[in-house]
Amino acid sequence: MPDQLINLTIDGTPVSVPPGTLVIEAAKQAGVLVPHYCYHPGLPVAGVCRMCLVEIEKAPKLQIACATTVTEGMVVKTQTAPAKDARQGVLEFLLINHPLDCPICDQAGECELQDFVFQEGQSGTRYAEFAKRFNPVEDFGPDVLYVPNRCILCTRCVRYMEDVAKEPVLNVSERGDRAFIGIHPEARLDHPWAGNVVDLCPVGSLLSKDFLHKARAWELDKTASICTGCSQGCSISLDTRDEVVVRVRPRPNLEVNKYFICDHGRMHYRWMNRGDRVEAPLVRRDGELKATDWDEAFAKVLSIVRGASGKAVALVSPGASNEALAAAKRLLSGFQWTGAFQVVMGEEAPLPGVPNLALRAERAPNAKGAENLGYTRDYAGALEAAKSAAVVLVLDDSDCAVQTNGALIYVGTVLGAEAPCRSAEVVLPVTNVAEEEGTFTNRDGREQRYFQAKPAPGMAQPAAWILDQLVKAMGHAEARR
Amino acid sequence: MGFPHKSHPKETVVLSQYFGDADARTYKGWTKRGGYEALTQALKMEPNAVTDVVKESGLRGRGGAGFPTGLKWSFMPKEKKRAHYLCVNADESEPGTFKDREIMRWTPHALLEGTAIAAHAIRAEVAYIYIRGEFTEPWTIMSRALEDANAAGVFGSIKVHLHRGAGAYICGEETALMNSIEGKRGNPRIKPPFPAAAGLFGLPTTINNVETLAAVPHILKRGAAWYKGLCLSNPKSTGTKLFSVCGHVQRPGNYEVTMGFPLKDLLYDMCGGPPAGRTLKACIPGGSSVPILTREETEACLLDYEGVVASGSMLGSGGVIVFDDSADMVYQIMRLARFYAHESCAQCTQCREGTAWTTKIMERILAGQGKPKDLDLLLDLSENMTGKTICVLSDSCAAPIVSGIKKFRGEFEAYLAGKKQPVMVHA
Repeated sequence: MPDQLINLTIDGTPVSVPPGTLVIEAAKQAGVLVPHYCYHPGLPVAGVCRMCLVEIEKAPKLQIACATTVTEGMVVKTQTAPAKDARQGVLEFLLINHPLDCPICDQAGECELQDFVFQEGQSGTRYAEFAKRFNPVEDFGPDVLYVPNRCILCTRCVRYMEDVAKEPVLNVSERGDRAFIGIHPEARLDHPWAGNVVDLCPVGSLLSKDFLHKARAWELDKTASICTGCSQGCSISLDTRDEVVVRVRPRPNLEVNKYFICDHGRMHYRWMNRGDRVEAPLVRRDGELKATDWDEAFAKVLSIVRGASGKAVALVSPGASNEALAAAKRLLSGFQWTGAFQVVMGEEAPLPGVPNLALRAERAPNAKGAENLGYTRDYAGALEAAKSAAVVLVLDDSDCAVQTNGALIYVGTVLGAEAPCRSAEVVLPVTNVAEEEGTFTNRDGREQRYFQAKPAPGMAQPAAWILDQLVKAMGHAEARR
Repeated sequence: MGFPHKSHPKETVVLSQYFGDADARTYKGWTKRGGYEALTQALKMEPNAVTDVVKESGLRGRGGAGFPTGLKWSFMPKEKKRAHYLCVNADESEPGTFKDREIMRWTPHALLEGTAIAAHAIRAEVAYIYIRGEFTEPWTIMSRALEDANAAGVFGSIKVHLHRGAGAYICGEETALMNSIEGKRGNPRIKPPFPAAAGLFGLPTTINNVETLAAVPHILKRGAAWYKGLCLSNPKSTGTKLFSVCGHVQRPGNYEVTMGFPLKDLLYDMCGGPPAGRTLKACIPGGSSVPILTREETEACLLDYEGVVASGSMLGSGGVIVFDDSADMVYQIMRLARFYAHESCAQCTQCREGTAWTTKIMERILAGQGKPKDLDLLLDLSENMTGKTICVLSDSCAAPIVSGIKKFRGEFEAYLAGKKQPVMVHA
């Protein structure tokens, strides 16, 4: 906390901010969003769109709020006639070469050009009878298309690649009204964090191929979640249309991921929509797994757990929530317990401009949480122990090569035709991360909550809830004994 | 001296004394003419003392803005903690201006001497001379002169680099010039920070125009009082100034006069006035970026920073563009607008879109397809383009539009009313 705060007034509202704060940020504290395009808190200031012009008392002319630092006693007015006229002028200039193809534009509905024109622009144009600038669509990279006609040259993408990704493959090419965003002729926009340019683009000029034409912005529901792509634990928004996850976007979190997520995380959602889910509890009857109701399934689990003693092994997914992992351990508390998980490894890919932010080699969101609860990384040892264990519980790890002479309980989302867990005595269908609420602990020990974005299929329930019910039932039975 | 014409008696020849004298180009020839004496003198002085002399002389920036040179030097950090840079703006790209070109062509050592003195005054160890890309001859001459000066040990420990521009008008803007030297796109930077705080490579930098620096050795040698005495009108404008006169005059060229000299005398006496049988119609006194003056305003104008402002324009770079009664002002203004539309760096919205839109409207008017509201539209766009951008290129496009419509509205209206033969304009 700085010793001294700077006091200023914005549209009549007094605010106090640390020295060095930009007027545009101070205005947010006063509840005033100064319209802007080139400014982004995660990027260096460019001051080029000239949209955030505001009146500052004693200044000889209008100032841009994004490049002006606060001073004591400053009086900022965003709604005076000169400021509004200036911004209206900018909007008119921005629109003269803009195709206004909103009906077919992916950005429509979440477009800052639309928003600010709607807020303070004009309904007509004086740019009549001239052709608009045309440049064909460019394929920038694996997931990025560039539509130059919609571009307003805010240079957020250029600055992101240069200063944050530190792979300066984009530039402003040409001059004057011929300018467009250019890409190095021998380069692709394929940096592992390149997809952020799509989110940064205030208009529909940089598009995600993955999201292209999937939904209109107003059809989307947004749910706060945590990325499951690796152990970094980036804050994300799961965007769903009806009951399908169609897009993953970063959610600002200054402590973890700033305003960004990597492309791996961005694409790591299709599995959430899988249709081949276990939708009902299954119990083994006459040597075959048969669908049943929760009562019978619970009774079966309880009889297995109550009827056994000695060794129990839990083979868990490091993508399970802390709550599920804790309950799974409690359920087997009467046994000589071994718990382990295995993590898929990949290549680490840092975002150089942000300290301690990377796509981590450990591609699991909750390995740290599992460790904290006593699960170990000795997966091979646990598999070996499982062979002679009385009870083996597999938590959402359907492909694990489990073999046991004891009773196998499988708690999971999917169960392939050839999956080893087909040998389970009982199968309990659970929800995935998009269908439940819970917490993950990221690699730095930060526990973060995610929320439910879509309904669960069939009878599936959150693993934490199921295991909790079983723990309670066990406790009840033990008390009675 | 109105090279290639003979010097006019009304001129005050200081900077242009050796224009046309090829021997003055050489190191030997320059020292024979008293060259580098001022540098020797300056090097014996404390840097601050040199700055004080320049301050006292009243010398103001000759690139266009007219900022007091000594004051600018004194903005450099008092305590030198990091490297200091000197930039010499030899990008002279303002249409109508060709004074720095002649200084570099004929008296390259005058510029080098001024550069060495300035570098001493601001305690810079490195100086960059940024020469306009199109200046092939000055480039060759400057390269040779720098070689000779280095061989003679003129610069001591100061390293001087010549940097060649690639032909962008905007690289004459001081911060764009610095970006260009750094190898970046020549885009003007947001100010503050000003160059004295964070300039070239983020370090304290002073940037001066060629003509400004060429005047510095004379000031040191002959004294601040002498320079201050060179003043015909307002005491805030001192010394001599080179005016590059082009367009409809009989003897176009560079003329050096004392500050406060009447523009009328420059045009009629020195340049011989408009061609025979023609009359003066308009004049742009300070390079293409300043407002246009009518004949009456021109004939009443005194050539110093305050005098030209009083007449409704600006002294600018001293590039005087003259139009006689045969000139089509609508066409001329279209050409200026087209220049700015071509040269806009594309950073600021108003400039990127506004200069091009302005040009399209001007072309439409010339083609006989103007709309009745076009003049109001042009004025409104100009209003939106003035005082709202990072640099003044946008303002420079608006200035001739606004002054042109105000002063020559009749010519615009003739096109709009179909009373004038349309002009087909090609880009």
